[in-house]
Amino acid sequence: MTTKQLAQPATSASPQATKRKTWSPARRREAIEGILYLSPWIIGFILFVAGPLFASMYLSFTKYNVLRPPQFIGLDNYIYAFTKDDLFLPSIWRTFYFSLLSVPLSMLGSLLIAILLNQKLIATSVWRTLYFLPTLTPIVAAALLWRWMLNPDVGLVNFLLDKVGIEGPGWLSSTTWSIPALALIGLWISIGGSRMIIFLAGLQDIPAELLEAAEIDGAGVWAKFRNITLPLLTPTIFFNLVLGIIFALRTFDIAFISTAGGPARSTWFISLHIYQNAFVSFDMGYASALSWVFFLVICVLTFIQFKLSGRWVFYAGERQ
Amino acid sequence: MAQQAMAANIHKPTTSKWRFGQTSKRVLFYVVIIIGAVASMFPFFWTVMSSGKTIAELYRYPPTFFPESPQFVANYLEVWNTVPFGRWLLNSAWVTVWALIGGTISAVIVAYGFSRFRFPGRETFFFITLSTMMLPVEVTLIPTYLLFKQFDWIDTYYPLIVPAWFGGGAFNIFLMRQFMLSIPFDLDEAAKIDGASSWRILWQIIIPLCKPAMATLATLGFIGNWNNFLGPLIFLNSEEKYTVVVGMRYLQSAVAGGSASVSRPQDHLLMGAALMVALPCLILFFIGQRYFVQGIVTTGLKG
Repeated sequence: MTTKQLAQPATSASPQATKRKTWSPARRREAIEGILYLSPWIIGFILFVAGPLFASMYLSFTKYNVLRPPQFIGLDNYIYAFTKDDLFLPSIWRTFYFSLLSVPLSMLGSLLIAILLNQKLIATSVWRTLYFLPTLTPIVAAALLWRWMLNPDVGLVNFLLDKVGIEGPGWLSSTTWSIPALALIGLWISIGGSRMIIFLAGLQDIPAELLEAAEIDGAGVWAKFRNITLPLLTPTIFFNLVLGIIFALRTFDIAFISTAGGPARSTWFISLHIYQNAFVSFDMGYASALSWVFFLVICVLTFIQFKLSGRWVFYAGERQ
Repeated sequence: MAQQAMAANIHKPTTSKWRFGQTSKRVLFYVVIIIGAVASMFPFFWTVMSSGKTIAELYRYPPTFFPESPQFVANYLEVWNTVPFGRWLLNSAWVTVWALIGGTISAVIVAYGFSRFRFPGRETFFFITLSTMMLPVEVTLIPTYLLFKQFDWIDTYYPLIVPAWFGGGAFNIFLMRQFMLSIPFDLDEAAKIDGASSWRILWQIIIPLCKPAMATLATLGFIGNWNNFLGPLIFLNSEEKYTVVVGMRYLQSAVAGGSASVSRPQDHLLMGAALMVALPCLILFFIGQRYFVQGIVTTGLKG
């Protein structure tokens, strides 16, 4: 039946039909089968992404505490967030501050490790495993372990600092040091993780002939890196940067476990604020509004990055 | 000095200097790589050592490196006796295994659709798939929670398992698709001429060739699900249903609520628990790691 319906326009003369004329029954069958294979994802997308996205947009205009049906209140949630909620805007700045500390450091660190591990080494797999290990640790475990090491009184870090004559800060219990401390924990967890593996994959994708040719021409280590490796790596850097910023902005687990947003709300990130409103106060309407603001912030940031990417990202495949 | 040697190497690639430069460069590499590895490993050693100390020794200043009177066995046993640790481990294993099976199989099926079939809107669909990677969970979390509440699925494992069966997430689909694109089409064509259905081609030709990519997905799926914190935190309420990463917090003295919460500091137990929770992931990664980079390299990232 579907075949016949699709075949009909082929007899008419509209420009679309000429395009469809090339559609043999085999092609049509292929298209139907393809969409069938895609169907788990399409259903999942509707159920768990698109549906919830619209639902949370609707909820953001309502007052909803789960017990009673949502009550439409227009823009009140948004107005409240920007005018009356003392925790909301600071939580956004705090999240930015954290990301600003952690993203450049972890990008650079991961790239450096990837470059090191890309050299011909003895026992490559052992090194890779060693560097990947922190990522494998459950974040709860990592956060607790670092909370212990950063303990201002009996922790190892301050003990070692003391040894070299530096008085260690209060780390997680100091309002000025809590965010840098979390960035440090995050750095340790993620530096050798999937970001590094993706860099490594990008480095291994760089044609060896190019590097060899440059070497024959007398290019040094730095020249090769600057003129061949780095330009060819820009798509990978861009990919990691976009996802890295999003992950940093979303940071929840480390802060929730090691500081619970404290001390004195100094690590109260936007994700904690949303969690608190949604699943502790059950103020689902307001939390939805907060999550939409957060989502729009991420969209804008990502959009800017894509716009700027044309200036520095080099796609070798573009010539095609 | 090593840098000078490297500079010499850059400007004068004569044989003797070249050799010297190479050797010192090697040494420098190993020194840097070892320092890095020690830095990333040290917290583990420290945790292992801490997990064998008594609570008094743990809080002593200056800290001791090796436990004075090792309490490893006693401490580890105490973890199992203080909280329902075995139960939590089993819960984690149950959720993880089902979610990773679903996430891997459905990613293979969806990626097969993306890589082997031509149909209008395929690129758009693929682009939408990729852009979901950028969507913060926070936006969809609340309605998803309400949806599962409608299904009466709160405090069950379904919210943690079922969504994985719908393609296993954008990253899985992406990785799998890239891998499948590297498999020559001639194989499917030959099978098609012999009259094999696309479903049979998938199972008899594509899947056997995709084993490295599937191993990568399964490893990543295990780690991701095993370590998932936010999901179980939100969807599970009763203590005996907790996964181990959420339950483990009860060893933290400060956690309020819950009958399993302990009153005195248990940091030495926490260290042991942390190591036991991390262990399955470590073993799995060590086994799966050779597929890992290989899997990602072959797939490439250029889309």
